[in-house]
Amino acid sequence: MKHISSIIIILLSFHFSWGQQTPAEPQSKPVLILGGTAHLGNGKKINNAAITFENGKIVFVGDAATVKVDMSKFDVVDGKGKHIYPGFIAPNTQIGLVEVDAVRATRDFYEVGHFNPSVRALIAYNTDSRVTPTIRSNGVMMAQIVPKGGRIPGQSSVMMLDGWNWEDAQYKADEGIHLQWPSSFRRTGWWAAPGPIQKNDKYQEQIANIKKFFDESKAYAEKAKPETINLKFEAMKGLFDGSKQLYIHTNFAKAMMEAILWAKEYDITPVIVGGKDAWQITDFLKEHDIKIILKKTQDLPVREYDDIDQPFKTPQMLEDAGITYCFSLDGAWEQRNYVFQAGQAVAFGLDYEDAIKGLTLGAAKVLGIDDQVGSLEKGKDATIIISKGDVLDMRTCVIEYAFINGRKIDLDNKQKALSRKFTKKFGIDVLHD
Amino acid sequence: MKKLILTFLFSPLLISSIMAQKTFPQNGVFDHREGLFAFVNATIHASPGQVTENASIIIKDGKIVRVGSGVSVPQDAVVYDLKGYHIYPSFIDMYSNYGMPEPASEGSRPDRQPQMLTNKKGAYMWNEALKPEFKADEAFKTNTDQAKELRGLGFGAVATHRHDGISRGTAALVQLGNGKEHELILKSETAHHMAFSKGKSTQSYPSSLMGSIALIRQTYLDADWYSKEGYKEEVNISLEAWNEAKKLPQIFDTRDRLELLRAQKIAKEFGLSYIFKGSGDEYMRLDNIKATNAPLIIPVKFPAPYDVSDAFDAMQVSLSDMKHWELAPSNPARLAKAGISFALTPHGLKKKSAFLKNIKKAIKHGLSEKDALAALTTTPAKLMKAESLIGTLSSGKMANFIVTNKPIFEDGATIHQNWVGGQGFVLKGFPEEAELVEGIYNLNVGKEKYKLHVTWDEDKPSYKIKENDTTDVKVKYAYENKIISLSFKDDGKLVRLSGTSDNTKAKGQGYDTSGRWVDWAISPTREPIEKEEKKDKKKPKSEQPELGDVVYPFLPYGWKEKPKAETVLIKNATLWTNEKEGNIVADILLSNGKISQIGEGLTARADKTIDAKGKHVTSGIIDEHAHIAISKGVNEGTQYSSAEVSIAHVVNSEDVNIYRNLSGGVVAAQLLHGSANPIGGQSGIVKFKWGFTPDEMLIPNAAPFIKFALGENVKQSNWGDKYTIRFPQSRMGVEEVYDDHFTRAKEYGQLKRSGKPYRKDLEMETLLEILESKRFITCHSYVQSEINMLMKVAERHGFTLNTFTHILEGYKIADKMAKHGAGGSTFSDWWAYKYEVIDAIPYNAAILAKMDVVTALNSDDAEMSRRLNQEAAKVVMYGGMSEEEAWKLVTLNPAKLLHLDKNMGSLKVGKDADVVIWSENPLSIYAKAEMTFVDGIKFFDRQEDLKKREEIREERNRLVQKMLGEKNNGAATQAPSMKRQHHYHCDHIDDEMGEHHEHHEDHHHDH
Repeated sequence: MKHISSIIIILLSFHFSWGQQTPAEPQSKPVLILGGTAHLGNGKKINNAAITFENGKIVFVGDAATVKVDMSKFDVVDGKGKHIYPGFIAPNTQIGLVEVDAVRATRDFYEVGHFNPSVRALIAYNTDSRVTPTIRSNGVMMAQIVPKGGRIPGQSSVMMLDGWNWEDAQYKADEGIHLQWPSSFRRTGWWAAPGPIQKNDKYQEQIANIKKFFDESKAYAEKAKPETINLKFEAMKGLFDGSKQLYIHTNFAKAMMEAILWAKEYDITPVIVGGKDAWQITDFLKEHDIKIILKKTQDLPVREYDDIDQPFKTPQMLEDAGITYCFSLDGAWEQRNYVFQAGQAVAFGLDYEDAIKGLTLGAAKVLGIDDQVGSLEKGKDATIIISKGDVLDMRTCVIEYAFINGRKIDLDNKQKALSRKFTKKFGIDVLHD
Repeated sequence: MKKLILTFLFSPLLISSIMAQKTFPQNGVFDHREGLFAFVNATIHASPGQVTENASIIIKDGKIVRVGSGVSVPQDAVVYDLKGYHIYPSFIDMYSNYGMPEPASEGSRPDRQPQMLTNKKGAYMWNEALKPEFKADEAFKTNTDQAKELRGLGFGAVATHRHDGISRGTAALVQLGNGKEHELILKSETAHHMAFSKGKSTQSYPSSLMGSIALIRQTYLDADWYSKEGYKEEVNISLEAWNEAKKLPQIFDTRDRLELLRAQKIAKEFGLSYIFKGSGDEYMRLDNIKATNAPLIIPVKFPAPYDVSDAFDAMQVSLSDMKHWELAPSNPARLAKAGISFALTPHGLKKKSAFLKNIKKAIKHGLSEKDALAALTTTPAKLMKAESLIGTLSSGKMANFIVTNKPIFEDGATIHQNWVGGQGFVLKGFPEEAELVEGIYNLNVGKEKYKLHVTWDEDKPSYKIKENDTTDVKVKYAYENKIISLSFKDDGKLVRLSGTSDNTKAKGQGYDTSGRWVDWAISPTREPIEKEEKKDKKKPKSEQPELGDVVYPFLPYGWKEKPKAETVLIKNATLWTNEKEGNIVADILLSNGKISQIGEGLTARADKTIDAKGKHVTSGIIDEHAHIAISKGVNEGTQYSSAEVSIAHVVNSEDVNIYRNLSGGVVAAQLLHGSANPIGGQSGIVKFKWGFTPDEMLIPNAAPFIKFALGENVKQSNWGDKYTIRFPQSRMGVEEVYDDHFTRAKEYGQLKRSGKPYRKDLEMETLLEILESKRFITCHSYVQSEINMLMKVAERHGFTLNTFTHILEGYKIADKMAKHGAGGSTFSDWWAYKYEVIDAIPYNAAILAKMDVVTALNSDDAEMSRRLNQEAAKVVMYGGMSEEEAWKLVTLNPAKLLHLDKNMGSLKVGKDADVVIWSENPLSIYAKAEMTFVDGIKFFDRQEDLKKREEIREERNRLVQKMLGEKNNGAATQAPSMKRQHHYHCDHIDDEMGEHHEHHEDHHHDH
């Protein structure tokens, strides 16, 4: 054992490829990240950190100055001057479910029908999407993939953004059922001449339909042996035995309260997805122990008269109220900008480490995977990223290393390859990393 | 109690038929009547402000013969004594559709396919929304129900037209009497009516407000050409009618204050004067509307208070809707005070019966009774050039007048009769003179004795039996055909009485409680009636209500007073000059709207000195591609070329996103037409002068631009499977559109220069400007093949393609772009949203810039536009551009692309003071714009913004309290509704609130 004094730098070998990155090999040798600021994801940070991981799990996290290790046993990553974070976890996305938004043949997140709890996003997940590597390059290592459309669009899964097929990319399969709560307001007019948004007079009827479906599902779940197998009701069982989460998508304060109180009747504590007006009812949310997947914070205010920076400061208001929440950004390719949702919140008052939490441990908690991943802590998955600068600020964000379960991820992507192709043609240089 | 003077009672409908219809055969005995009536001893309001008491009016053959005090009454006249009553001229509505046929479409439009031409057969105009040939006098049919309703409101004559189309044809002035149309039409043509709304037309064009504006402008040109040359080439009934109608007053329907100002611009362009039918929100831009000098027709539609009892639902009501609820009733008073001439109309009222009530409300809000009466009588008469016929009571005019029990605008005023052209209509009978006066009476029914209390409220009596001052028994009472009937319950049993009466006593027979036929009698007691017994409905004359401020724009964060330019000295900041000096720490002085000095240790005298040590100061961000602040449609995509339309005509100053953009340091933008067609519309290039009018926002003398578009949008690839009709459907066809149009434009230019007569064509004029390099193109583009194609088209036709916007594959042909001289305005990192952007890369901007293409970043998005500084920073992240160069991507470079760099885009002495103070390095996500100046005027200040939020909270609370108060007082309320914020952008399907789409919308149009 010798005191760490010298620094060995790993030479990275990039694959030159057409956006088709090869999934990483399992971790074969322990890795030591030495130096740098470690943002642990749990609200804490270590300024001069040492982190080791082995067989895909974090073994040690601590202050580099106080640690003695045999460096020869490790692949050593020089973290000096850099920032180390848990890999970001993006909830409520369509990554791998859509390749090109406008091309119907590539859209696999919407199924026919209003109530589709048995439909599973997992099996449509495309591990070879050309979009996913561009998201990874910006630090997102895991994502919840969620179907859309109808009242109950189906089941979501948590995926690792690296794998040969959906089976080995899955992290937590079929972990939740999504419910689109009816809109209490209804839009009128059309896109060129929007009319006012009026009260939805079918609201009660729509809620009654949901209630009927849940009542029947529950009755079915309580039967010892149903005479006829109903796949929809089979899928719903998980909500009543606690093995699956219920994600309710809604934004207005009153609708959130109604949805939560409704779910409580089934002994379900739902996760709210959306929650744009959550800041108005923090006491209620706290009282009912509600977790929130907060929609896009780099957004316009809901109402004309709202504070102009309301969406930017909502995360801080939830944090102050002690609510468990995480950031999110709808869609697939858009996830490359996931981290900046948190950066924007920092600009408007959120503590930096809390912002990181909202991208990592907060998301893991909401998704129910925080015992395995989401923070830089001993025993957790070695899902880690390293950036040259502050990752929340596009001015400084340059991701240099990424690991999922200790597997070193290829940060190249199709876009870098195209850029290389044409800069070579023109004989010019632009920075690709 | 009213003194009872009159004892005439009319048949409920018609008193007499005045005029005979001379050309018609007679069936039965000839029955001519002179209709000679005298109304004496009345208070006559002959015209606004002219009141004569104890006066008389003599009418004959439907016309007024004499009016005044001391006029002699002809011996053969039927005389009515109207002592205590008032006579006014009947009201006039000049914006009616009385007796008009229901508007209907000429045919139907194919499902999800364009209808290129009109469905109307015949030698009419190509566009179905133009119907100048429609004549109200030809279409007019009397409608007794409608006429009765209008007479009930006090109207005697209306100008009616069919409310349908952009040109709606002519209006006719008609009497609201009964009879044949021949007799009732007073004037066949009073006005030509126009609007921006295309009504029942199913034709695709125009689909946007700017399209309507272009269509109207082109029609003026076409009509002019037709009268000079065109008539030799074709017969066009519509254009002939249009030219005829031009001689009449032109009445233009507007749906909001900005539409009014837009229509005025058309009037000015063609040297016309319009009368505007307003919408009731004129007070929101009063000064500008006053400056038009145009007379108005104003509805008295005042919104009901919102039901704000549920706090969450109430939250959805916009502040502007709440404020409008409070201020709308003050609109007429404000117009009058500003000296604007206006007529009032019941048009737009859901319940017409609210008309007079709402006028009284307007009077409580400061409108004088004289102005109100003028707006109902003399002003409409004058605007229709019918003042010799109607509007006042003087000899020779139509005998159109109303009889009221008290001054018409007082509480409790009732219109008893409405005389129209000498036909008398009874709306409500007069109190009979033989009814019991107020007092306490003895009522003896057989052997039973009762105390009867009679009270009068206005013209309604109330009868009660009182016992020991404790119990009241209501007495049902009727007086008809000189017979009085009473009924009431005594110990649960009915007493029924009938008989005769005079003012102080009555008698007769009836049934007592046991059903016996008995005599009864009423005699006075001389006991005084107690004061409190008389229901005092009269509220104390209310003070003028206290109202909130009108703010500019009429939105949250609007100004009470427009901000002005100041001399501002900003010291010790890091200045991002965008000039060869680069970033320096120095002072900067703004004065007279310009940057007047830059240097260290400036000591100029200033209104405000700001120590900005540690802060960053830049020139303001310019967005090359935005779709905010646009009214009613961003695309006129109904034809493959819409070069004639212009966003500059539909700039919307009342969009809160202007303010939000200022908070992101954005000072100017090119507001672009959408990308639905290869040749789109002209741009509006504006500075974000929050609170100013659309015209004040437009940058004076900015180089004119037009939007072109290529690729999937123009070939309708993502509009659904049915959109396969409109040319072009492939990139091959797109080139043809351009080649064809520029070829035609060239020929048009040759014809124009030849001196031969030609039809001025707004589309061709625009294209000609492009060929002459007087107008510049910014072209929506993605794929390299089409970008290359358009540069080749431009080269063939002798001009340079100014800007490719979006240009996501620009990096593939950056060398060709540099050689051609085209600039690029791109997204930092968008891709994968449609097939043509699968090769988009975030290194595009860096590569273009390296290849010496003038490169900018744009938003195309109301949300992202206020974070364009972050988008610039992404080019540092992707591509490693230097920070100073990256900053130019959103400031100097877009200024260059828009030919605005002479005055904008950098911190340089003499340039416009469009300056932003940032809390830190503006490329950082943590940077906040603290102050934003445009032309030296501070339009945003983060500290003042906090105060504005507080004011918004207070104002909402005040209005909520006031609404709750009205609800508790029994006012009808309306359910909360939310004002929709619509955000246009080029390629994204909108997803407001992320909510379920309950309402089907057409999502296939990209913008």
